[in-house]
Amino acid sequence: MVTISSEPLSAPLNVGFDYTRSLGPVLGRFATGLREHKIAGVRGSDGRILVPPTEYDPVTAEKLTEFVDVATEGVVQTWSWIPQPLAGQPLQHPFAWALIKLDGADTGLLHAVDAGSPDRMSTGMRVRVRWAAEPIGSIRDIECFEPLDNEPTEREPGAGDPVTMVTTPIHLTYQHAASPEESRYLRGLAEGKLLGQRCPACEKVYIPPRGSCPTDGVPTEDEIELPDHGVVTTFCVVNVPFLGQRIKPPYVAAYILLEGADIAFLHLVLGCEASEVRMGMRVRAAWRPRDQWGTTLENIDHFEPTGEPDAPYESYSQHL
Amino acid sequence: MSEVAVVGFAQAPNVRRTPGTTNGVEMLVPVFHRLLADTSLSKQDIGFWCSGSSDYLAGRAFSFIAAVDAIGAFPPIMESHVEMDAAWALYEAWVKIRTGEVETALVYGFGKSSAGELRRVMAMQMDPYLTTPLWPDTVGLAGLQARLGLDAGLWSQRDMAAVAAASRRAALSNADAQLSGETTVEELLRQPYIADPLRAHDCAPITDGAAAIILAAGDKARELSERPAWITGFEHRIDTPLIGARDLTTSPSTIAAAKAAGIDGVQVAELYAPFTHQEILLRQALGLGEEVRVNPSGGVLAGNPLFAAGLIRIGAAAAEIRAGRADKAMAHATSGPLLQQNLVCVLEGR
Repeated sequence: MVTISSEPLSAPLNVGFDYTRSLGPVLGRFATGLREHKIAGVRGSDGRILVPPTEYDPVTAEKLTEFVDVATEGVVQTWSWIPQPLAGQPLQHPFAWALIKLDGADTGLLHAVDAGSPDRMSTGMRVRVRWAAEPIGSIRDIECFEPLDNEPTEREPGAGDPVTMVTTPIHLTYQHAASPEESRYLRGLAEGKLLGQRCPACEKVYIPPRGSCPTDGVPTEDEIELPDHGVVTTFCVVNVPFLGQRIKPPYVAAYILLEGADIAFLHLVLGCEASEVRMGMRVRAAWRPRDQWGTTLENIDHFEPTGEPDAPYESYSQHL
Repeated sequence: MSEVAVVGFAQAPNVRRTPGTTNGVEMLVPVFHRLLADTSLSKQDIGFWCSGSSDYLAGRAFSFIAAVDAIGAFPPIMESHVEMDAAWALYEAWVKIRTGEVETALVYGFGKSSAGELRRVMAMQMDPYLTTPLWPDTVGLAGLQARLGLDAGLWSQRDMAAVAAASRRAALSNADAQLSGETTVEELLRQPYIADPLRAHDCAPITDGAAAIILAAGDKARELSERPAWITGFEHRIDTPLIGARDLTTSPSTIAAAKAAGIDGVQVAELYAPFTHQEILLRQALGLGEEVRVNPSGGVLAGNPLFAAGLIRIGAAAAEIRAGRADKAMAHATSGPLLQQNLVCVLEGR
């Protein structure tokens, strides 16, 4: 057996999604106000003015409806210094997080303070809002807060219909790792090999191999090279177009059970009319040109019919 | 209703980074094997399985499904999952046994915190309308809470460093700890701030890890363990997510949960305090006196595998009971920003 690196394969995984949410009457009013350079609070059941406003009282859970505008200046209740800001934070140079009690409010608003240095920060210091250049009706319409002795930055308020939605882009980065078994399988694919592994307890052959046999809870171990042909156990005809689709519908996504394997995997069946694909149909891999191979099952472009007689139902019925 | 006890506990080593997958299988398989061997149970003997983990740590949807492989889930099993620390999964399992539906349960939690950029990932637990869009980081937020207590005279930076030093010293006897060693308060106070007023030692380390606990009912527990750790109180409470509307120098939900669970007379407390000031805050909020041994395991400052760390507090408290080092112990778990949600589990030996 060829010994290849035992380090699991890993690769960057970037996840991104723009979350769009409806704001409702309370947060909608707050967001609309921010765009106009106004800050709305709401009176709590204990008489406190809550900023940002909440739909329900944090103590009694009573519904709150009485809005009160508060000042755009206030006092730092507490702060922490961020020497190396993270992506997406309000400022990309060192700044302070702070809870800021605006004049007229009784609770602290979380935001950034642009003070330049921790020496210029203190509990009880007064700060004012620095508005964003282009207000849209979001908490980011407050660019940050700044000490009162900073020269004020003049910015124009916005206007328009009441704000009802907020869109928050979320982008997170990960280093995604494959398991040791998956890594052997993926490295095998780069050499044009389909590697499965056998569970030492039940002797079932899994492709891709598993970190743990679902029946026995032990890692699969013995390596098995499987042929690139097998049968369609079940399938569906895709008629629906969707974002990112690479093939024009209709086409067939099918479970392919390679000869000698005990578990089927999902792939495409092309090379015939979608309506001709059937359970038990024998198929063979159509590999991409060798110079396009990588550590991916995409090395196999699709499976196509071999033209041989169909496999009898009994030969794959226990793998459905 | 059935009495319920912890009869087994095992954990993976707390490490800064595992090369394994985010579905935890590589960490969980040896933990399950050890746990089942210790209790002489097979997977067929387990009536209910419940786990805690998070898709946001893994960066993909339904990541917990892959972890079920580690169980060996065929033939089919009864299984559930909470998107919280597995201490809350243990609560679900406890209810399942209390109601008589099952006799045994295995609860597990796992997290590969190192896979993503943890300080950013954790912003996803904040209010999504007005707070997450600012991407507040966990350490910066904790600094706000620490300074409120410093300004109010509830703790000093020296007190905070003393918690870190005590944690590392206690962790010398914990083979699974990530951080341990002898250090002095003076040495720690010479270190630079990472988010003034917090230094690195004030913050729990980023940790990958996994853990599992087996619960059993009444006679089954007595059969499986010479000295089961009986759960005699179990409560959880939540404070508002609006951090600006809370008194951050205390934890009303912890106090309420502890009162309902009945912590009077505990000799040991395992507290989930990922920042040094939070250990002091919790001791003050709970009224734990000098006679109570706090975090003999080193606590999460010695290793903080997210989504397993709260379960580990229960396991560590139960271990104190089962080894006869205590007759009554409490475990605390937290979730959400700045001690927003809190769970208290009281365990007793008889």
